[in-house]
Amino acid sequence: MSELKTPLYEAHMALGGKIVPFAGYLMPVQYPAGVIAEHMAVREKAGLFDVSHMGEILFKGPDATANLQTLLTNDFSSMPLNKARYSVMCNEEGGCVDDLIVYKYSDEAYFIVVNAANKDKDFAWMQSHCFGKATCTDISDTVGLLALQGPAARTILSKVTDAAMLPTSYFTANFHGEIEGKTCMISRTGYTGESGYELYLAAEDTVAIWNLLLEAGKEEGLIPCGLGARDTLRLEAAMPLYGHEMDDTISPLEAGLDFAVKLQKAEFIGKKGILAKGKHRTRVGLKVTGKGIIREHMDLYADNILVGHTTSGTFAPYLNHPLGMALVDVAYSEPGTGMEADVRGRRVACQVVSLPFYKTSNK
Amino acid sequence: MHYPEQLKYVKTHEWIRFLDETTAQIGITDYAQDTLGDLVFVNLPEEGDEVTAGEAFGDVESVKAASDVISPVSGRVKSVNIELADNPGAINEDAYGAWFITVDNITDTDELFDAEAYAALVEEEKSRT
Repeated sequence: MSELKTPLYEAHMALGGKIVPFAGYLMPVQYPAGVIAEHMAVREKAGLFDVSHMGEILFKGPDATANLQTLLTNDFSSMPLNKARYSVMCNEEGGCVDDLIVYKYSDEAYFIVVNAANKDKDFAWMQSHCFGKATCTDISDTVGLLALQGPAARTILSKVTDAAMLPTSYFTANFHGEIEGKTCMISRTGYTGESGYELYLAAEDTVAIWNLLLEAGKEEGLIPCGLGARDTLRLEAAMPLYGHEMDDTISPLEAGLDFAVKLQKAEFIGKKGILAKGKHRTRVGLKVTGKGIIREHMDLYADNILVGHTTSGTFAPYLNHPLGMALVDVAYSEPGTGMEADVRGRRVACQVVSLPFYKTSNK
Repeated sequence: MHYPEQLKYVKTHEWIRFLDETTAQIGITDYAQDTLGDLVFVNLPEEGDEVTAGEAFGDVESVKAASDVISPVSGRVKSVNIELADNPGAINEDAYGAWFITVDNITDTDELFDAEAYAALVEEEKSRT
């Protein structure tokens, strides 16, 4: 199968984006400014990302809430309208099928955003477990998604829409936003560790809004950003990424996502598996204290004992040093614990540090 | 993207600047730095180390990836540009000013290309990706 294109493919090419295949889509990994400049723009000014490859699924019906309670690890029983909530979807064994965000539109309608690479698997899983008076629909192909992130995001968005329409608290959304006469859902969320918004648009409106925002944000220093910066930003903010910090075999508790797992809920898929797995290993942050850069899938040794492996790693542009996340034996998870990463045959010294590495002061 | 006439090139995207018949500076090409992206780490050999044509003598890492740096010549490391370790970004700014090592006692070289032939090789590589 050939790679898919988001509605913005031609726009990325025109901007000089370096295109790579990702999760079945042709996506820009960076623009001419480069990953570091794009990363810094988001930390200090603003950056605009095309994340239209993400999947969107609608869950509707009188039993929609009951379905989510069974399918997902978080609690949706007393969720206010217009709120967003992060959750994990587990398999029976307590491993992660995916992590996702659920928006509540009404008592009988939820809008769920899932990882691009998992959307077909997620949708099939949801459909096969759907019960009672509820339906789930994959609407991914009709939705364009832009992420406007950075301290100047609010100022820029206020130029193209009524500022009163912008959601003010983190993890809330306005389903009835409007930009230049185009209806959109404006969400105060993101995957950068910086304040910002995500705009869910009709696929056909995506190009116009992308161009409008880039133009409106020029004065504030807004630049387009690719998947490269998206990864370094999320990593610096210690946000987990599916396929790295979690997968089908890693439980959400091992991944350090306890806040999104409500074990007091009566029953949900994976609850028994999570409890059976226990927590013998856990996600930690690593700061490189030696010379080198750690990447994913590197073995970690403490006192020459294999204690775990890295799940992600890079050079963090804003903090200006190499860092990574890892899954290690809980006995070696205390901040301050020293260990060595096997970097292509060379041992590089690291230290466990508390997460997140970076926390914004502009909330 | 530019490839100075006075330099020689190898297909693994390093450049060679001959200072005399058996002494040369080595670095990576403009195409190599552009492909790798923002460089953030350089691992260099030490003075006196032996290098072999066609074999890695160090590595460079960008935000996204690591890559070996291959020696186009066999010889002895005469000097190392240790400033690169503190400022790998200098390679992105000026690929031909940012030499990695100077090698002397050169006894062997890999297949060398002139600027025009190397530019053609890069075009061919780009068309394949």
